[in-house]
Amino acid sequence: MIAKTQQIKSAFDEKLSAIQSSAEIEALRIEFMGKKGQIAALMTELKNVPNEQKKEVGQLINELKQYVESAMQEKLAALKKAEEEALINATESYDESLPMTQEEGSYHPITLVQRELEDIFTSMGFHIEDYSEITDDFNCFEALNIPKHHPARDMQDTYYLSSGQLLKTHTSAAQNTIMKKYGAPVRAIFPGRCFRNEKIDACHENTFFQMEGLMIDEGISISNLIYFMKTMLSEVFKRDIKVRLRPGFFPFVEPGFELDIQCLICNGDGCPSCKNSGWLELCPCGMIHPNVLKYGGIDTEKYTGFAFGLGLTRLAMMKYGIKDIRVFNEGNLKALSQFNDK
Amino acid sequence: MFVSMNWIRDYVNLDGLDIENLIHRFTLATAEVEDIIYKGKELRDVVVGEIVSIENHPDSKKLHLLKVDGGDRIYDVVCGAPNVFLNAKIPFVKAGGSVPGMEIKKCKVAGFDSEGMCCSESELGISDDHSGLMILDSSFVNGTSVKDIMPIDDIIFEVDNKSLTNRPDLWGHYGIAREFSALTGRELKPLTLGDLSCDSDYAVPVTVGREDLVYRYSCIRMDNINRSTSPDYIRIRLFYCGMRSINLLADITNYVMLEIGQPTHAFDATQIDHIRIDTPAEDMKFTTLDETEREIDTNTLMIWNNDTPVAVAGIMGGLDSEIVDKSNSVVLESANFDGICVRKSSSRLGLRTDASARYEKMLDPELTMTAIGRFVHLVKECDENAVVSSLVTDVYVRRYETITISFDKAYVDRYTGIDITSDRIYDTLVALGFIVDRQGDAFTVTVPSWRATKDVTLKADIIEEITRIYGYDNFEITTTSSNLFPVRKAVSKTEDNTIKDILVKKFAAHEVHSYIWCDGIKYKKLGIEIEDNVRILNIASPENSVIRNSMLPTLLSYTYENKGYADSYTLFEIGRVVDGTKENGYCDEVRRLGLVSFDKTAGEKTVYFNCVAIVRKLFADLKHRNVQFEKITPEHNWQHPRNTSAILCDGVKCGIICTLHPTNAAKLDKKGYAVCVELDLEAFNSIQPAAVSFDAPSAYPGIDYDLSLVLTDNKRFSEIAKAWESLQIAELKNVSLVDTYEAEGLKSITVRLSFSSCEHTLAMDEIQANIDAVLSNLKEMGITLRT
Repeated sequence: MIAKTQQIKSAFDEKLSAIQSSAEIEALRIEFMGKKGQIAALMTELKNVPNEQKKEVGQLINELKQYVESAMQEKLAALKKAEEEALINATESYDESLPMTQEEGSYHPITLVQRELEDIFTSMGFHIEDYSEITDDFNCFEALNIPKHHPARDMQDTYYLSSGQLLKTHTSAAQNTIMKKYGAPVRAIFPGRCFRNEKIDACHENTFFQMEGLMIDEGISISNLIYFMKTMLSEVFKRDIKVRLRPGFFPFVEPGFELDIQCLICNGDGCPSCKNSGWLELCPCGMIHPNVLKYGGIDTEKYTGFAFGLGLTRLAMMKYGIKDIRVFNEGNLKALSQFNDK
Repeated sequence: MFVSMNWIRDYVNLDGLDIENLIHRFTLATAEVEDIIYKGKELRDVVVGEIVSIENHPDSKKLHLLKVDGGDRIYDVVCGAPNVFLNAKIPFVKAGGSVPGMEIKKCKVAGFDSEGMCCSESELGISDDHSGLMILDSSFVNGTSVKDIMPIDDIIFEVDNKSLTNRPDLWGHYGIAREFSALTGRELKPLTLGDLSCDSDYAVPVTVGREDLVYRYSCIRMDNINRSTSPDYIRIRLFYCGMRSINLLADITNYVMLEIGQPTHAFDATQIDHIRIDTPAEDMKFTTLDETEREIDTNTLMIWNNDTPVAVAGIMGGLDSEIVDKSNSVVLESANFDGICVRKSSSRLGLRTDASARYEKMLDPELTMTAIGRFVHLVKECDENAVVSSLVTDVYVRRYETITISFDKAYVDRYTGIDITSDRIYDTLVALGFIVDRQGDAFTVTVPSWRATKDVTLKADIIEEITRIYGYDNFEITTTSSNLFPVRKAVSKTEDNTIKDILVKKFAAHEVHSYIWCDGIKYKKLGIEIEDNVRILNIASPENSVIRNSMLPTLLSYTYENKGYADSYTLFEIGRVVDGTKENGYCDEVRRLGLVSFDKTAGEKTVYFNCVAIVRKLFADLKHRNVQFEKITPEHNWQHPRNTSAILCDGVKCGIICTLHPTNAAKLDKKGYAVCVELDLEAFNSIQPAAVSFDAPSAYPGIDYDLSLVLTDNKRFSEIAKAWESLQIAELKNVSLVDTYEAEGLKSITVRLSFSSCEHTLAMDEIQANIDAVLSNLKEMGITLRT
């Protein structure tokens, strides 16, 4: 029996060392440790062993049993570890830098700039108003203190329609409607598309966006206007902006101003972008002309107000470095698909 | 417009002031200065030289070898000018000196030493005459700097004409001098006017025909003017200000115009007998002094001598009455014509002149006499033998009303938001020529005639005068003290934004902008006919004159043009179209969403259902509502007759979805398909969002029951669904499409009816009655189950 036990141990050692994968361990376990396995058979034979040897042989068998169990555990652990490592090593390490693309949509650059401005103005208590693209002589000119034969009507070549109306040449055309809608006090902006009969080239478009704003209340002053324009533009450009006012002539404001901002590129030192002046002409503004307030049904003795016009298209060109204005309206997705708000 | 600082200094003493800084203040207070040019800066070591010896160059017919006395010594000079003569005094640049654009060095010219250069006027930069050397008066001492004998040094600044449109008074140096006077607080000197008295009682007869187009017509005759060349200072100032010297009389009329802004016209007096100002009775031809024959219509105001036209009023004189060098008598016209009439005539003729540009601005009629006074003064100054040979004829047809404005300091404070003292207000207005009656803080001002033609009429105009001179840079800036009000965005605004977000972020669509008119050329490529609609009357390209009535054709053009971008893409635009006219004849302008989805790799059906999904998503997200689709007859001939459907929500038609008519589809692409969606946003905005209702999810398992239905007669699913919808089964929670099957002419769909209860686990027998009812309804509709 002792010799047999020894033989079984040797046979086990030989088979164990031949095992290559963790899956084979189970077969080995059944062969040696199973109910009908070799060690179980030894236990059955134990009853034939003379009594005086029983204790010794029994002990031997037990030792064998423990040995087989722990040897198998050890082997299994080692195999599993090796197998895991092999699996890891066989796994592909992914290359994120591959130029793979996901289809993305895009916003029109005007939408992006307009949203930004609308956010700023909403935060300062302005209504955002919409206005038609087609308007009439009264709203576009008459109510803005631009009477017939006024040179301002020559300055902007207007598209006239067979319906007797016209395509609005400036967002100021909405002033009268807004004054009548809200009365005073009022704070509102009105972004919109404007049209001028111009030849198109890299710098000129016949269809473009402006954003008009006005604020009417008791005691609105030039000082307020400057404060407001400076604050608003600092928000737009996300930095402290230096502004200066120059007299500017627009029939619907008095006094009227051209507002310049200190050049963003050279900070006022002078560069090609600002034609070496250090300043960029950005937006016309002014105190709303009393005649315009009157047309809007607003008491000019009680209320004053300011208005300003921002060129949204121009602002978008500045913001995104768009050199050719035709990008906006020609629907070329190679250009427009870049504006995806990332 | 170019402004000469030397000229300004004739009228304001600017000694001791930083001129560049002053010009900068002018930009901020008056009008934008675009450029500052320092004349004479590049002129160094240029002196009066005398040619003391002339030899011909041995090898050249053109060149001469000169000896020039430069005052300090004799210089050898090789010179190519044709007009050299002995003892000629000429401007001479010594080697080491310079003229504009040229450094003069000692060098060899054609084999001989040359130690300097003799100059033409053009080389000095004082005219464009480069025909020969400038010959100086023989009285000048050799070696004297030319800058001491001619006003070459000057600072010229260019003012943006656009910023002068509302300021007729600034179209001459004197008006600009007045601004500098107000800015510096220094006195504005008066203009020196000539003596107009005359021994004769002759006056040039003048008849004004069209009194509605003439404010004032003044004229005078002068004789015995024999000098033909203007003095250097006049020639140089004219040249620096962008004009050419022609002859004495023409130069003086130009000089007066540049000085006070009033255009005048010098007629050869021998051509003038009786002046009439009138429009022609019928269209005619007239040759202006630029030797161009022009068509004159009956709205153009003309100046006539008896019945012969001699000038286009306010624009240009005629060739036949032009002052030529031999004229020694002149009739000077100094008039004020209606600005609108001049502007319209000028644009009709395509002829803008310095005179017409000024008349357009509505000049001060008071200036006509000032101009005559200046003209007479200058002519006599240049030619002492010249005489005034007529009385002044002055037909003052219409006067502008005198404008007085009353205001007080409180008004100024309120409008400016800062505290400008009453003394400061007073000083500023007086400096600008207002007549000011001040009682403490109350003011009544009379607007000077040169600002009263249209520019200053209201209190608010006075504010501008006070503040611009005060300086906007000096304003203390303050926020407002307005009350707060809640601000809500309009539904249209928030919904536009959400629609864009969904389309861009969920459906990877691209937003584009397109024009409001139909593009004839682009439409033609796709075989899309332009439908009748409101037209633009004055668009440059007539094929684009019709306003669009749908967003889609242009978007289809953009789809066509982007085929190189990708195999599939969706583009959209929220814009406006005109849906015909309303009862009052005005355009019915409506806001629309247009969307075109294009795909070269998937079939039309796939693209179509993607678009259906987009539409459903928009309504689900914004309105929490289902939409219905209803086949309709196409509204446009490019739409497919079988696949054009109305989009309905809550019974309201909100738009359409369609595929393209095969003719147009073939033109768009051979392989790819486009599907179009157009939503009427006003209808969309008007739909109230449904409340979001909540059903607690059932804790108990439900039963799915699949039905495979054979479809016949092209029945739409929406009709079949009535089989169970009409029963309003409480436990029926959802219906979904499992499969569609098409083979051997048999078309069938499998739908899954999902039943569940919130109270308990449903048993089959509980819903069997419902299923039987559904089956019986289906049978009634003639729908059989697939076996």
